[in-house]
Amino acid sequence: MKLQEVKDILHNGLWKQNTGVVQLLGMCPLLAVSNSVVNAVSLGLATTLVMALSGASISPIRNFVPNEVRIPVYILIIAMLVTVVQYLMNAYMYSLYIVLGIFIPLIVTNCIVLARIEAFAGKNPVLPATIDGFAMGLGLTAVLATLGGLREILGHGTLFAGFDLALGDMAKGWVITVVPDYHGFLLAILPPGAFIVLGLLIAGRNYLTQRAEKKSKMIKISPAQTSAA
Amino acid sequence: MKRLTKATLRTALNLLFFTVIGTAILAFTFSITFDRIAQSEETAKLKLINQVAPQSMYDNDLVKDTVTLPASTQLGTAQDTVAYRGRLKGRPSVVVLEAIAPDGYSGKIGLIVAISHEGVISGVRVVTHKETPGLGDYIDIAKNQWISLFVGASHQRYQEGDWKVKKDGGQIDYMAGATITPRAIAKAVHSALHYFDENRENLFAENADEKAKEGTK
Repeated sequence: MKLQEVKDILHNGLWKQNTGVVQLLGMCPLLAVSNSVVNAVSLGLATTLVMALSGASISPIRNFVPNEVRIPVYILIIAMLVTVVQYLMNAYMYSLYIVLGIFIPLIVTNCIVLARIEAFAGKNPVLPATIDGFAMGLGLTAVLATLGGLREILGHGTLFAGFDLALGDMAKGWVITVVPDYHGFLLAILPPGAFIVLGLLIAGRNYLTQRAEKKSKMIKISPAQTSAA
Repeated sequence: MKRLTKATLRTALNLLFFTVIGTAILAFTFSITFDRIAQSEETAKLKLINQVAPQSMYDNDLVKDTVTLPASTQLGTAQDTVAYRGRLKGRPSVVVLEAIAPDGYSGKIGLIVAISHEGVISGVRVVTHKETPGLGDYIDIAKNQWISLFVGASHQRYQEGDWKVKKDGGQIDYMAGATITPRAIAKAVHSALHYFDENRENLFAENADEKAKEGTK
């Protein structure tokens, strides 16, 4: 595997085909858990882990699975991996599990996982498939974290609150109070806030892409516009 | 026909194979995490209990000293619940009950209430709720100290009519804009205290759950 391929896969996952702001897959966790940074990052990383593992485990068996039953087999493997992650989280990060518990099983239904398996891991060798799952997951985590950060600042006036849930007492002092004496802005914490902030993020990303294209003087329709529309 | 059967069979076997492998991996993970999960759950439970019943109130293994309570309209429970009993030097000292306030602003509010043997509330915590964030969620100790006002409440301190929010002529504080939530909790805590009065003996009965278990054997 050449370095360029790895770069391409990473670039695809993190920017060009970003699941959060370009492919717009995986909206369910995007809206539900992005009301604070800690929730967003934790679920994002859990999804990344599941995507990388499912890429790594489905790619080697792709030639043994009959075409007619590939979807049930893929789903079976994804569901198993998610449950394993859930058990491990329950055992070793209990307080975080309490917060995210109900969203973890939803990773199975997150269409981005199956979509990448179908589009990539089912057609490529193990290493690229793993990197792709990892990159796509990180792309999603980045969007989730940005969304979570913006909504937390708008809604609560803080940043990084509650990190001690995930990392123990050492993270207790991480809370940054951005706006002191803030009374909260309810809309930002409720689901509409997620839609509005996400809309702004997509707009921002499209603006950056378009500007980059103008600079390179190449006139072509960007993949962002087609898939976001 | 024969070829079709063979292909179908092969597909089915393939599916079966992956199911078996998946189940085996799951069973393995379950078995290595089981103890740890049970332990974390117990620690979390004890942590919550210690918020309402301070450790100085009991010296027994409170999590193991339980009594199963049948569903009760006074507690608002629709199923059996488990109550934990604390004892100090062998004498009953405190009981931790689950109660549900059915009439919150957005559905049920799950509470745990600790009542000392003398009938004084030593603490109340909201365990589950769906009240409006930023408005009705001040009942959560993480957001506000409001729920602490029940500490020390008893039939001696409050008359029957005092168990209402101040707006309704009672003694319970509330925050403007969200009255339904504290009203529901005050009612539920009051009703739990009545339940305690009526069932005190049963609540503190020695080895209640062990006896019940032996009875069914």
